[in-house]
Amino acid sequence: MTPSPAAAAPLAGPEPLIDSHAHFYHAGAGRADWKAVNDARFRAGERIGITYHVASVLGSYGFSSPTYFPSPADVTAGNNAMLELCARERERVRMFVTVNPNYTVHALAEIERCVDAGAIGIKLLASRRADDPLLDPIAELAAERHLPILHHIWQHRRREWPSQEISDGADLARLARRHPRASFILAHIGGGGDYMHTFPAVVDTPNVHPDLSGSGVDRGMLDAAVAMLGAGRLLWGCDLTMDTGLAKLRALDAVGLDADGLADIRWRNAARLFPAGSFPRCAVS
Amino acid sequence: MTVDVNALIGPYPFRELPHPDPDVLVRVLDREQIDRAWVGYLPAAFHRDPTPGNAVLLRALAPLAERLAPVPCIRPDWPRWEHALGDAAAAGAPAIRVYPPQWGLGPHDAGMRELAIAAGERGMAMLLTVRFEDLRQRHWLDTAGDLSAAAIRSLARAGDAVRLVVTAAGREMIEEVHWGLTPDEQQRVFWDISWIWGPPEDHLAKLFRTIGAERFVFGTQWPLRLTQTPRANLDLLPDDLRSARMADASALRFSSPAVRRA
Repeated sequence: MTPSPAAAAPLAGPEPLIDSHAHFYHAGAGRADWKAVNDARFRAGERIGITYHVASVLGSYGFSSPTYFPSPADVTAGNNAMLELCARERERVRMFVTVNPNYTVHALAEIERCVDAGAIGIKLLASRRADDPLLDPIAELAAERHLPILHHIWQHRRREWPSQEISDGADLARLARRHPRASFILAHIGGGGDYMHTFPAVVDTPNVHPDLSGSGVDRGMLDAAVAMLGAGRLLWGCDLTMDTGLAKLRALDAVGLDADGLADIRWRNAARLFPAGSFPRCAVS
Repeated sequence: MTVDVNALIGPYPFRELPHPDPDVLVRVLDREQIDRAWVGYLPAAFHRDPTPGNAVLLRALAPLAERLAPVPCIRPDWPRWEHALGDAAAAGAPAIRVYPPQWGLGPHDAGMRELAIAAGERGMAMLLTVRFEDLRQRHWLDTAGDLSAAAIRSLARAGDAVRLVVTAAGREMIEEVHWGLTPDEQQRVFWDISWIWGPPEDHLAKLFRTIGAERFVFGTQWPLRLTQTPRANLDLLPDDLRSARMADASALRFSSPAVRRA
């Protein structure tokens, strides 16, 4: 089998498309191919038809402090790299400011600094369990400035594993119930763990919005997400695998999701969640 | 011709699968423009004796034989496996499925090597499954673990007749096996692309460049995974690889020495 012929039209169609869960790398990320990976994201984004990549940099990605427990210095360096990228790619890149809630003063200052420079959301990495009180001041600031919080989640996590704190849908729902004015994006239902636990865990917490990203492409996952939460609660995204992102768009089409639902997932829900005017090339009717 | 070498029918013990039926599979193949599929019977991986499952598989696929080829399950530690292998050949199976982790067979099991040779001499590939699900979501009774790279290397080294189709492997495992084999042994192993990452990490592109596209075959792992994924991965290859040609699975069964001699 050979790939389909290259076409001028985007593989996912011409309608707006917002990737609500993207990452970029930088020179301090500890990998020699960091620029090639960034270029590959843009290359695939062009081919798929991604209008905006809403992205974060996760500190040094483990090079000088752990990916999920980044030091304040690495947090700042990563956010600076992300700000520079946003400045270079104004037409197609938007920014989550990454923070580590174990350093409250630094986290709050970093949010203010980066939002003033253009960031439109906050990224949390499970450096602390999602329902920990240390997240409360961050959630309060997020609500005040209308910034959605993208929280890393391991679906239905029931015990300790190395490298990150426990944080699953039930944990995030507890935080979201304490902060009903804030919006939370539950990261990557396809990113590992049992997503079938996540849907009932958040269904009664309407300010939690799962994103579809991740390498997991289990049949039944998308159908269950739409059936239980509705297309109005879901965001499209890729995270580390853009091929699965494209496959999920095609699968949503194949399972018969109507045009309204598809537009919600592709971009309209994101346009509603993020601060007004974040995506000028997309328009909410 | 596009052949999905990694399709299954039947239920999965650890989660509900939407309609894992052969007539649905044919509709999916039509929708995805896939010509044929090699099809196994999913419950057989978890049965002690796969024989009854093979009978179910052959009956279910018989009306759809033009599109769906049976891939029976044969375990080499079960009495009269040689007869089961003969039955598979008689049924026109292009391959047999084996599940050594689920059967508790280690990476250097002599029976597995004997079966791999016997299947190859009859013109059938041995189809291996690295995993059905991501490690992080498995049921607490699902303790078999992933197929190891060592097990694949051991089978690839068993003899000239061996043809392996390894499904659901990722980049690291593929590289560990490939570069741990001689050039001749490497020619005995084909990999399906159902679990290989695309951009931005571009694992599939890197493997095409380093190992060669001709070592890969098209596979989806339907009904466990979205059929759309491998084609999306191919559609997103960098421009210089867009004309790369993978192996033609429909020709694999004719490439064994025994069949060539015939």
